[in-house]
Amino acid sequence: MKILVCISKTPDTTAKIAFTDNNTKFDTTGVQWIVNPWDEWFALVRAIELKEADPTVTVHLLTVGEADADPIIRKALALGGDEAIRINASPTESQFVAHQIAAIVKDGNYDLVLTGKETIDHNGSSVGGLVAGETALPFISLATKLVRQGSTLTITREIEGGQESCEVEIPVVVSAQKGMAEARIPNMRGIMAARTKPLKVVEPVDTTEYTATLQFELPAPKSGVKLIAPDQVQELVRLLHEEAKVI
Amino acid sequence: MSILVYIDIANGKIKKAAHEVISYGADLSAATGDPLIGVAIGSCQDKLEELGSYGLTEVIHLGKEIEQNAPTEADAWAISALASEMKAKTLLFSHSLSGKLLAPLTAASLKAGIVTGVVSQPELNNGFSVKKSVFSGKAFAKIAIKTDVRVLTINPNSYPVKQGSGNATVSTKAYGTAQSRIRTIKAEKTSGAMSLTEAEIVVSAGRGLKGPENWGMVEELAGELNAALACSRPVADAHWRPHHEHVGQTGIAIAPNLYVAIGISGAIQHLAGVNRSKVIVVINKDPEAPFFKAADYGIVGDAFEVIPQLTAALKKVKAS
Repeated sequence: MKILVCISKTPDTTAKIAFTDNNTKFDTTGVQWIVNPWDEWFALVRAIELKEADPTVTVHLLTVGEADADPIIRKALALGGDEAIRINASPTESQFVAHQIAAIVKDGNYDLVLTGKETIDHNGSSVGGLVAGETALPFISLATKLVRQGSTLTITREIEGGQESCEVEIPVVVSAQKGMAEARIPNMRGIMAARTKPLKVVEPVDTTEYTATLQFELPAPKSGVKLIAPDQVQELVRLLHEEAKVI
Repeated sequence: MSILVYIDIANGKIKKAAHEVISYGADLSAATGDPLIGVAIGSCQDKLEELGSYGLTEVIHLGKEIEQNAPTEADAWAISALASEMKAKTLLFSHSLSGKLLAPLTAASLKAGIVTGVVSQPELNNGFSVKKSVFSGKAFAKIAIKTDVRVLTINPNSYPVKQGSGNATVSTKAYGTAQSRIRTIKAEKTSGAMSLTEAEIVVSAGRGLKGPENWGMVEELAGELNAALACSRPVADAHWRPHHEHVGQTGIAIAPNLYVAIGISGAIQHLAGVNRSKVIVVINKDPEAPFFKAADYGIVGDAFEVIPQLTAALKKVKAS
């Protein structure tokens, strides 16, 4: 079985969010970059577990990004995976990224394409579904569990008010979320091995522009907290009722 | 040239999220002059006609032979086929579990530009651009859609529901014969749990509660407020509470009218998931807790004393 894990480079979860160039660009000053947690903790680790259970499984990592994404690709390879592919382009929008991934999926005959449920910067939650639509593969969104039995996958997905388990034959696209696996920390052997694993750089396929980000803005700052004495809870109830009008 | 809105139905009931998306669609329809048409799939106990009161004049109900627990890829194919037939320009979904499945599949099939997590009406004076939530609620981005067909998902609890009067005309259409390649084995319902993303009030607790045995008072407060329960990441990681209650950057992002945080310090990753809440109340014994900076109301005090008093005060108000 060939698995393709799609990973994204995102700012660290504690990064300060600010913008430059008249609020048209994300301010990268002092920002630490990480593998998008949803991709790393759940999609990648589950793929590695499947390989650990069956050594004939191959795991390829894929990112759409420029050369500055290489360090996070190496970081992901330190956790596991056989090799990585970087599509040499800035990930400007979900349709663009999905077209690039779809081209690799079609070309590489992958049996399982895993993505995280969303990135923590763009919060799109759409690349997995777009890839599935474009490659005409089945798509299971927001999966919390994935068990393989030969060419059949049993997958649990989150649904309104509960969860559903379902079966599907490979090839398939799955977006992973919490529950799918437990986050891991790379060990020294993994970090050393990652340095020499193949990282193939390919040029993007041509596509039209579907959307364009025009500008960013920060939410209006809070006006400041109104403190209530701990023995005056009835005052809090009054404020929530009369001033904030939320209860 | 119509606007097609997907009516989110779960367990036979029309979801609140559907009312929000219809209200959004009605305002967009008023601004553009394009007719608004709803599409509903599968059985529904609620009366689809009554959606007219939210500004929907026409509903197409795609009847279905096989009942299902949740949307499938075949639903996306049916929606895409309907959208093509009607020459729909704008498709609206909720940024919910169903929208996260259906919207990208539909966008791929219609070769449409897609923007998810939309928080306000589009600007139409120069093309079509919408504002969406990015950086886990820490910022917004204005995005122009350049394709003829557009797919939007609207963030829950972001768009006000407007209810008037009127009835929608409901027509029934065949769903088609296409079947999902994904076979359902079984579905389990989380009993009694209120949907976190749809809840208007959320009560959340963190490590300050010291242990899972102390959640009784949090549940009582939530019960009094008719609120959904949530928790911080350390609490979910320690298995004090189930993972599906974890709100934050790597949990669920919510935007209720009122968020009550008890014994949560307010790490930046937690704030990312809750900072779109309209009103935030923080109860923490540490006056230096960073959460107070993001709060509207705060009590510096011991949760074990404050929470039972707060529950009692709410009971008293209700009784009077």
